[in-house]
Amino acid sequence: MKNYKHYVFALLGVGLLLAGCGNQNGKSSSNGALSSSAAEKVYVAPGEQDEYYAFLSGGYSGNLTVYGLPSGRMFKEIPVFSQFPTSGYGYSEETKPMLNTSFGFVPWDDSHHPDISQTNGELDGRWIFINGNNTPRIARISLSTFETEEIIEVPNSAGNHSSSFITENTEYVVAGTRFSVPVPQRDMPINEYKGNFKGALSFISVDPEHGHLDMKFQLLMPGFNYDLSHPGRGKSHGWFFFTTYNTEEANSLMEVNSSQNDKDFIAAINWKKIEEYVNNGGGTKMPANYAHNVYDEHSHTATSTMRKEVLTVDPTKVPGAVFFLPTPKSPHGCDVDPTGQYIIGNGKLSADLTVHSFDKMIAAIEGEKFDGEAYGIPILKFEDVLAGTVKSGGLGPLHTEFDGKGNAYTTFFISSEVVKWKLGTWEVIDRKPTFYSVGHLMIPGGNSRKPFGKYVVAMNKITKDRYLPTGPEMEHSAQIYDISGEKMELLYDFPTHGEPHYAAGCPAELLAPKSKKIYRLTENKHEFATLTPNDARVERNGNEVHIYMSTIRSHFTPDNIEGIKVGDKVYFHITNHEQDFDVPHGFSIIGQNTSELLVMPGQTKTSIWEPKKVGVWPFYCTDFCSALHQEMQGYVRVSPANSNIELSWSLGE
Amino acid sequence: MKINIVLSALMFSLLLVACGGKEEKKKDGFSVDRTKSTEKTVETSTATDEVPASQRVTLDEKGVGQIKSITLDPEIDMEMANAGEAIYNTNCTACHKLDKRFIGPSPRGIMKRRSPEWIMNMILDPKLMTEQDRCAKDLLIEFNGAAMANQNLTVEETRSILEYFRTL
Repeated sequence: MKNYKHYVFALLGVGLLLAGCGNQNGKSSSNGALSSSAAEKVYVAPGEQDEYYAFLSGGYSGNLTVYGLPSGRMFKEIPVFSQFPTSGYGYSEETKPMLNTSFGFVPWDDSHHPDISQTNGELDGRWIFINGNNTPRIARISLSTFETEEIIEVPNSAGNHSSSFITENTEYVVAGTRFSVPVPQRDMPINEYKGNFKGALSFISVDPEHGHLDMKFQLLMPGFNYDLSHPGRGKSHGWFFFTTYNTEEANSLMEVNSSQNDKDFIAAINWKKIEEYVNNGGGTKMPANYAHNVYDEHSHTATSTMRKEVLTVDPTKVPGAVFFLPTPKSPHGCDVDPTGQYIIGNGKLSADLTVHSFDKMIAAIEGEKFDGEAYGIPILKFEDVLAGTVKSGGLGPLHTEFDGKGNAYTTFFISSEVVKWKLGTWEVIDRKPTFYSVGHLMIPGGNSRKPFGKYVVAMNKITKDRYLPTGPEMEHSAQIYDISGEKMELLYDFPTHGEPHYAAGCPAELLAPKSKKIYRLTENKHEFATLTPNDARVERNGNEVHIYMSTIRSHFTPDNIEGIKVGDKVYFHITNHEQDFDVPHGFSIIGQNTSELLVMPGQTKTSIWEPKKVGVWPFYCTDFCSALHQEMQGYVRVSPANSNIELSWSLGE
Repeated sequence: MKINIVLSALMFSLLLVACGGKEEKKKDGFSVDRTKSTEKTVETSTATDEVPASQRVTLDEKGVGQIKSITLDPEIDMEMANAGEAIYNTNCTACHKLDKRFIGPSPRGIMKRRSPEWIMNMILDPKLMTEQDRCAKDLLIEFNGAAMANQNLTVEETRSILEYFRTL
């Protein structure tokens, strides 16, 4: 027995010797030169930086993640709709209002489709928008601070899915409802859905200077499911296109009952025409209740305001503004090519892709060649608007992106592949498998007039055996392909966080030079900021205690506080006095019922602490800030509720 | 059995050699190297300068950084000094108190010990200074390893702090 052991070691030694020195003898040699060139293409050497930013939605994490391409390295998770203890977002007093809604505080959502702001149809890198699907909301995130700056709730909507896509000068961010509902909401039998429910398509204007969002108007469409959307661009600028399903208006066993019609529609909306209509006093003001939350970069504080009214538009009142384009088999993705000429509807139960022509649509509208109407909205003839059909041979087409060189790339969920095809000739050029069951795909700038067609990222719904197993629950997988040549080449796999639905990407040089490094202390307008350590103090107002505290490497001012009593509500207002890049300080105190705070240089954040026990309780910095980080701590003395201990504070005394 | 052990050891060493790994001089048992390399450097620096860095007078040293030469007017510019005081109060008092040695030294009397260029270079890029300037390096050690924070001040702001220091 013992002898065997030593033989085993010896053999192991030989094995190690063979395998240890690289891949000459290992199984990877079978991929040979090909795999090493793929490795070179995704390898970003230590200290070097990626070529592209990629922003992947976090799905049911409610957030947005930032990646680098081609490396697939994750740089940051930006909290948007979900509380985030890592930074204190949604826990700090300043950011709690960001998650306010007409349903109260909603600390989570399901984020789906990020879209970067554009000027003249090209990415301008000012902001990125993303939708909350569950409690309908649209968020705007600054691309200089990479922080969520604004969230607007969308009234009359439910399942905010055909969102958040922007028009080519960022005039509007558009949000459509996936689930139709009674508008206004009321108590009524579910089975009276048909003919009674409405689908609200919201056009939210974006202030060109500050990006502030305003609910300009809502188009109240028939009660279909508005699944995805994209803006017209170039020649079709001024139009917006939405795929629909459940034109059957079924309200139960939808997977069967919503799949009865051979064709559903793409709704074509001439928003310029409707904008003109409402600017001339058209539309009906309707009582509503929805939250508008704005974070101010200088006060480092968010405020939430309830809006009480929304302007609604009946599509039949604006002639020539809304049309239905018949599209086969419950279309999902609705994508417009960089020229604005082709509108692609991916019938998710079909093998083929339907491509509509914008020019033919305009001709059909002008010729009034209608094939009936639905709830007063003209239906165009399928044959009159069809540009072509891509016979792909794949199954379950979902989404299409473009490379700017005349090619389109479509994902197929059921057959797990990306298919490259040519716009205009509709011929299939290449197809590559994905691993597994791909949803969206993303080419940087792929939803604009100017895509950067070097890489495509496929975001998959199923991971299975792609990584080391981590129990039943695994992160989703993504694949990056080189699309610079005629054929696609699979380069790399990387895990993604939550469930990325859509993503948006842009060249690194668009954002990196203007990424903010610090907040200027001199520009700090926070109500409870401590702008010099001399102002650090503790104030009592009844049982409310406000601690004005500053931090710098490596101490809190003050760090000894006495006179706090059980039953007090203690506000720690922490101002970070660092003015150097990447020197945040953290703050946490034992028994805090929220999360820590991570305070960026020049920023102020507030955490509430309600001491429940008598004693001397420590607080400390949570972010390793210097060689003396472990010394960055302090104590709060908590006395009984009836104690006479005077309020006092000090540092180094 | 012994042969087998030798064989496996041989294989292991072969592995190390084959991969170009450095041959480790392995001693039997357990030992601790008690000579600290840092002690040596401290020794050499204190050997030449008996005086603690905070007391040393280095008026001829301009330090390392972008400030090469500053000429001071005989008259103190009070407007500039007041602006400097405000910037100092916001950015520096967390660590530098006028009336005592705190995290760092008091700026009182600094004009008698350091050149204007050295002071400005220290404020503008403390990391570079503590890496390359002898006195700054010694100060870091004397002050407990608490590295001075770069407050990202402009040259103009730094110059006004210098003017404020002249009034102290």
